[in-house]
Amino acid sequence: MTDKYDMPDALGHFGPYGGIFVAETLMPAITQLNEAYQRYLQDPEFIAELDADLKHYVGRPSPLYHAERWSRELGGAQIYLKREDLNHTGAHKVNNTVGQALLAKRMGKTRIIAETGAGQHGVATATVAARLGLECVVYMGAVDVARQALNVYRMKLLGARVVAVESGSKTLKDALNEAMRDWVTNIDNTFYIIGTVAGPHPYPAMVRDFQAVIGREAKQQCLEQAGKLPDALVACVGGGSNAIGLFYPFIDDHAVQMFGVEAAGDGIETGRHSAPLTAGRPGVLHGNRTYLMADDDGEIIETHSISAGLDYPGVGPEHAWLKDTGRAQYVSITDSEALEGFHALTKMEGIIPALESSHAMAYVTRLAPTMRQDQIIIVNLSGRGDKDMHTIAQREGIKV
Amino acid sequence: MSRLTSKFAALKASGRKALIPFITAGDPYPEFTVPLLHEMVRAGADIIELGVPFSDPMADGPVIQRASERALSHHVGLRKVLSMAAEFRKTDQTTPLVLMGYLNPIEIMGYEAFANAAQRADIDGVLTVDMPPEEAEHCVSLLRAREIDQIFLLAPNSDAERIRKMDAVGSGYLYYVSLKGVTGAGHLDTADVERKLQIIRQNTNLPIGVGFGVKDAETAGLIAGIADAIVVGSALITKIEENLPDPEMAKAGIIALLRSMRQAIDA
Repeated sequence: MTDKYDMPDALGHFGPYGGIFVAETLMPAITQLNEAYQRYLQDPEFIAELDADLKHYVGRPSPLYHAERWSRELGGAQIYLKREDLNHTGAHKVNNTVGQALLAKRMGKTRIIAETGAGQHGVATATVAARLGLECVVYMGAVDVARQALNVYRMKLLGARVVAVESGSKTLKDALNEAMRDWVTNIDNTFYIIGTVAGPHPYPAMVRDFQAVIGREAKQQCLEQAGKLPDALVACVGGGSNAIGLFYPFIDDHAVQMFGVEAAGDGIETGRHSAPLTAGRPGVLHGNRTYLMADDDGEIIETHSISAGLDYPGVGPEHAWLKDTGRAQYVSITDSEALEGFHALTKMEGIIPALESSHAMAYVTRLAPTMRQDQIIIVNLSGRGDKDMHTIAQREGIKV
Repeated sequence: MSRLTSKFAALKASGRKALIPFITAGDPYPEFTVPLLHEMVRAGADIIELGVPFSDPMADGPVIQRASERALSHHVGLRKVLSMAAEFRKTDQTTPLVLMGYLNPIEIMGYEAFANAAQRADIDGVLTVDMPPEEAEHCVSLLRAREIDQIFLLAPNSDAERIRKMDAVGSGYLYYVSLKGVTGAGHLDTADVERKLQIIRQNTNLPIGVGFGVKDAETAGLIAGIADAIVVGSALITKIEENLPDPEMAKAGIIALLRSMRQAIDA
């Protein structure tokens, strides 16, 4: 093994993970996408346009905020929040949709499709489609449509058609199945914007590269503000795009520890969770090989998390590789612990995090006290919590 | 020689085309499947594609998705399907049986364990929708060592280079998916299929089956004029779905449709 990290290979493999596992009809589209992606990634004009959009439309760079009060309260490491919640549309998802939409435009595609769980990626996709005047269809599990009504309304306002998916478990994985079916049928004019670092190659690498702006900024900001690199990074992991975005620019900085936080739902021991890296096994789903929640027949097991954005039975293949190599560690946080993390940040710093990000916050409350006060944790505050008010109020028996 | 290869050789020698019905194992309930397989053979099926139910059938339309869901509600997974295949083989040693499904059940069982189990069940071919030739090498070599063919799909947008790749890795036959889209969708443009088959035949000597869009005797007859095999799936499963309260009626509907297709193909 060389010192410099250079995953994936030309066919999208991260060790045994990743790859291209799709029906034959999709192969030409994937080849075309990969060629376009490789070309524009090197194209200074494309990069300049992307950078300008990230600055003026998304509002980057997002701040790196030293949560001094919360750090003091926990009595250990200094906690810095990477404020992706301050991006346009309220989460990190837009970093990727801006990039993929520019690619779609360059490729002459007139129609955009996407899958969404919590609705954040759907909103971020509908947003860029509206801006570029592209037709937009978002697939969303019927269960998620019901629990994320506000985001459904936002997407409709932005001109997207939201299709409620009634098959299977009616959640994110089924929305992904339906988006794949749409793509295979309308392949000539349609660009599929996948929202996470999963799917067939080049999606895991491409989405990572668009999200890596998070880690590049965080690294520079940390050096400027604290004069040194952080000791640990913490981010929640569903598909894993915000985590890879933060981790990737630090992979070769071996002294920086990385913690990915999965959703333990009701608890790993209950089986009702969304933690494939913690309690799953390798398999193939949605175009790539990765850790999955599957039974002994290889059927996908229904997942559970209070956070719709983490409610997915797979995980990006690069996380599977980082886990096996030990470069990153993966831990899990239950629904109840996530709620404690949610309240802690809200009360101590006046920042209301998304339920997804609350899992990362909860792990920080566990990790920080084990570290010295001159050490630094950067935690990715991947989204704001406005969308979750209803879920939290309901869970705590409060009528809004 | 594999059972599939000798079947196609025999059909060719007698100037006939293969009729290949697809059904999902365990739909609408487990005991329905093996007797149906035997009756389909009596109705004129030359080869049978037996669908392995999967929780996330990404390449299938609503008809086959619902068939999978019905079978899964009875816990019919890969291990159960293999035992059904073995049971079928007890009284039929000649009709080739192809397992068709998605890769994850095979991944979880393990390639080598699966190859051994398929050999014990006397399976003749395996068609894995989401395993393109680039990712297939290991699985194919294990199956080939046991005289089991790996069958690959060709799409309307597969170019000559890909056809040659399938030819190199695949065996038994190639399955041309005549439509962009999922199973059970749209209608079939025979002239278009004919043009495409010419290109395919320039790049492979394997027999070509055509599926996706074969709905009735008429389309089966038209395809018989240009392909080596006719695959019918969603149209059969629709008979099951239309007759859920009366499975015998569903079976009669499937058999009647297959007989009419057989006649049209042989005409």
